Amino acid sequence: MNVKVAILSIQLRLNSIKKLSTIALALGVERTRTELLPFLTDTIYDEDEVLLALAEQLGNFTMLVGGPEYVHCLLPPLESLATVEETVVRDKAVESLRKISQEHSPVDLEVHFEPLVKRLASGDWFTSRTSACGLFSVCYPRVSSTVKAEIRQHFRTLCSDDTPMVRRAAASKLGEFAKVLELDYVKSDIISLFTALASDEQDSVRLLAVEACVSIATLLPQEDLETLVMPTLRQAAEDKSWRVRYMVADKFSELQKAVGPEITKNDLVPAFQNLLKDCEAEVRAAAANKVKEFCENLPEDNREQIIMTHILPCVKELVSDTNQHVKSALASVIMGLSTILGKDNTIEHLLPLFLAQLKDECPEVRLNIISNLDCVNEVIGIRQLSQSLLPAIVELAEDAKWRVRLAIIEYMPLLAGQLGVEFFDEKLNTLCMAWLIDHVYAIREAATCNLMKLVEKFGAEWAQNTIVPKVLGMANDPNYLHRMTTLFCINALSEACGQDITTKQMLPVVLKMSNDQVANVRFNVAKSLQKIGPVLDSNALQTEVKPVLEKLATDTDMDVKYFAQEAISVLALA
Amino acid sequence: MSSAATTSPSVDKVDGFSRKSVRKAKQKRSQSSSQFRSQGKPIELTPLPLLKDVPAPEQPELFLKKLQQCCTVFDFMDTLSDLKMKEYKRSTLNELVDYVTVSRGYLTEQAYPEVVKMVSHNIFRTLPPSDSNEFDPEEDEPTLEASWPHLQLVYEFFIRFLESQEFQPSIAKKYIDQKFVLQLLELFDSEDPRERDYLKTVLHRIYGKFLGLRAFIRKQINNIFLRFVYETEHFNGVAELLEILGSIINGFALPLKAEHKQFLVKVLIPLHTVRSLSLFHAQLAYCIVQFLEKDPTLTEPVIRGLLKFWPKTCSQKEVMFLGELEEILDVIEPTQFIKIQEPLFKQISRCVSSPHFQVAERALYYWNNEYIMSLIEENSSVILPIMFASLYRISKEHWNPAIVALVYNVLKAFMEMNSTLFDELTATYKSDRQRRQSLERNTF
Repeated sequence: MNVKVAILSIQLRLNSIKKLSTIALALGVERTRTELLPFLTDTIYDEDEVLLALAEQLGNFTMLVGGPEYVHCLLPPLESLATVEETVVRDKAVESLRKISQEHSPVDLEVHFEPLVKRLASGDWFTSRTSACGLFSVCYPRVSSTVKAEIRQHFRTLCSDDTPMVRRAAASKLGEFAKVLELDYVKSDIISLFTALASDEQDSVRLLAVEACVSIATLLPQEDLETLVMPTLRQAAEDKSWRVRYMVADKFSELQKAVGPEITKNDLVPAFQNLLKDCEAEVRAAAANKVKEFCENLPEDNREQIIMTHILPCVKELVSDTNQHVKSALASVIMGLSTILGKDNTIEHLLPLFLAQLKDECPEVRLNIISNLDCVNEVIGIRQLSQSLLPAIVELAEDAKWRVRLAIIEYMPLLAGQLGVEFFDEKLNTLCMAWLIDHVYAIREAATCNLMKLVEKFGAEWAQNTIVPKVLGMANDPNYLHRMTTLFCINALSEACGQDITTKQMLPVVLKMSNDQVANVRFNVAKSLQKIGPVLDSNALQTEVKPVLEKLATDTDMDVKYFAQEAISVLALA
Repeated sequence: MSSAATTSPSVDKVDGFSRKSVRKAKQKRSQSSSQFRSQGKPIELTPLPLLKDVPAPEQPELFLKKLQQCCTVFDFMDTLSDLKMKEYKRSTLNELVDYVTVSRGYLTEQAYPEVVKMVSHNIFRTLPPSDSNEFDPEEDEPTLEASWPHLQLVYEFFIRFLESQEFQPSIAKKYIDQKFVLQLLELFDSEDPRERDYLKTVLHRIYGKFLGLRAFIRKQINNIFLRFVYETEHFNGVAELLEILGSIINGFALPLKAEHKQFLVKVLIPLHTVRSLSLFHAQLAYCIVQFLEKDPTLTEPVIRGLLKFWPKTCSQKEVMFLGELEEILDVIEPTQFIKIQEPLFKQISRCVSSPHFQVAERALYYWNNEYIMSLIEENSSVILPIMFASLYRISKEHWNPAIVALVYNVLKAFMEMNSTLFDELTATYKSDRQRRQSLERNTF
């Protein structure tokens, strides 16, 4: 038996599973229910890819079994799929179960769906119990209060399950479950589960409780937060495992919104300070990422005071952190503080920090500063920075790693716009030209695109005076790659420069290059003519372009001939 | 490779084709430690006299005091802090190691909780995040534990303590409990291989001496493996844990309990699916073979499991699977062989015709194995038809001459085993091929 046949048969089964809906349509709703579904329920020992497709299909089968009245027939096969070892299959089965739960009537939920959840929750292998965790919240809202009590009981049991995998699944659904419970039960049941999970011996469980904290805090009235939620949250922010602290830092903005301004002022501000000074770099970086958001969402009345007294000193320390990811994270948000603090504070306190980060040894840090200049520009105008900005830009533009060079090119139009045309011409023009002859093609391409954007900003006249001559000058370069760059630039610039410049200055250069020794240049000439053709007037097209294209159409090189002929037909010159 | 530019970098100097080695950054020995940082005030420990310098009756109490002192943890990420005290602790720990090895009558009941406390304070910590997101255990240098100068001695001490003649599990079990073991197991995720090696010994001793903890240990190892397979595919200590399991399995009593059989099928077999299999395959294969030597009736589920998870795109893994399969076949009973020979040789037939020559070669080497050959010979009427088409085809078509040579030998062996069947199959194969070719011709 050879490999091809083996793969084909899986493919066949896979394809037939994907066409399951067609088969069901052909069979009709009754035979689907009585024959197809039982067959599928028994085929569960199949390949995982097939099972995955099956799990997905069944989620859309409601109409094919006869509508919501019969949707519970889909439960047996999905129940088996939800116990399978392979995680993606299980997850998809749970997803489909959640979907079809919406189609169940409250009676059907009680008679069919909830018993399924119960069976999964009492399964002896962890896979079924894990799957059960995802089904509690969809089944709870519409059932009677006795059944609700049962569901709550099962959830409680799973939260203290022996296996950490199950506890993790339960913890990750805690927030979702809390949202569908009645407020009294949130206070009585959920809080105790939350506290227990937040003190679990495995940090992988504790950190999931932090996520749940956000949802729970949003549900409770303010006066209950202090007693019910805050002790656990404080504990999490000082957990001995850096992973839990990291999670707190990562969710900090959401937590801030959930607990409200009073608690933020009293508890979260000191917690945030500690996270910014954490001994683990990952945690500091996560907290640094949230600096701007945190400050923005502080209550207006003492926002400035809190930032200046508590947050800014920590931020100053982070600028010289030993870890580059921390500095990088900070650099991407620190500029945003200027809008919050206003002009004077920015100049006195923030400006030195921006300048320090502009000179950082790590290119990513410098890039992150440069990419956020518009915030600062609003407040103080970046002229203040331009002295330091320029060396920083130049260094990035010549970085050994091409991706760094690429990133700075992409900011060039923004910078040019903000710094103004004179500054640009004086300082940045040579840089943009140098990029056109970079060793890496991606840079040359980005540089070409950059020029186009600059022309759009500064106008055709500026282009004519400053860049067009230089671009056209490259047509005589001994390196054929550079000569081709001229053509690519012309392609990009012709529309923005307009008919006049294109006809009088660009076209002659293009036409001359049709005699180039290197075939690649010649066929790119044909492509260029095709590109700039629409910008030219019909006279130029007939008298100048057409003869050259016709000559190229008889070139010895196959590609030149091809592209010339293509250009002729597209420009309708035949 | 171009050297670093000596003049100021300009765009011209940058050459896309020269590459400063990325490895250079990783060669600097990276260290990490996740102990809580001390407050910044220097730590002061009052020096105690040496144990050998005090009379024997006073030694047990001095021993306890030294243990308590060693509970103080130092910050090794800050290389300059508390140098004198770090040295003092190191020499104290050294002293304790010697003391535990040679002394008699030092192990009072009060000593047990102090020992466990000291060890816990030192070794139990949340492991630091990995320096690089994509730590590839095969390629990258591991991040070493910065506080190893102390940590190593603590481990040494603990092992000697556990192995001491005076050690009494009945007392120790109050302190070496489930919580202790759980934290110990979490440490197996340490990137530092030296630490994992010590942990292996520690766990092995604990498993040996604390019968009451055995089921719990096995269960927790299960959970670690299940999480590894189904959730994270990240855990540094799989090989070490499997090594311990190997000796545990070796000690299983017959008949095997259902719990153990379930472990084999639901945990060990799925472990084969992980991407980083090469790091622990040897230990895993050993465990599997141990199981089969204990209970040969498990052969069928094991081989079916391997066939189900047979690698589809990773040739390196395929070679490993073939190696493991051969080890299994080395010990297989003929009755079991017959049960799985069909699906087994279907797979081998696919491997033999693999365009990847290492896979093909490894599969063909089965024919060098005397025992396997004898099994094949006994069942050649079933096996030959399955293998024939691939063998014949690759003898004509495979790109690698070494493989073609091996295949010829295999075909020769088959011909000698059962020449009538061989000739029949040759005839059918040729006529089938002709028919197919004429069909193709006629359709155009």
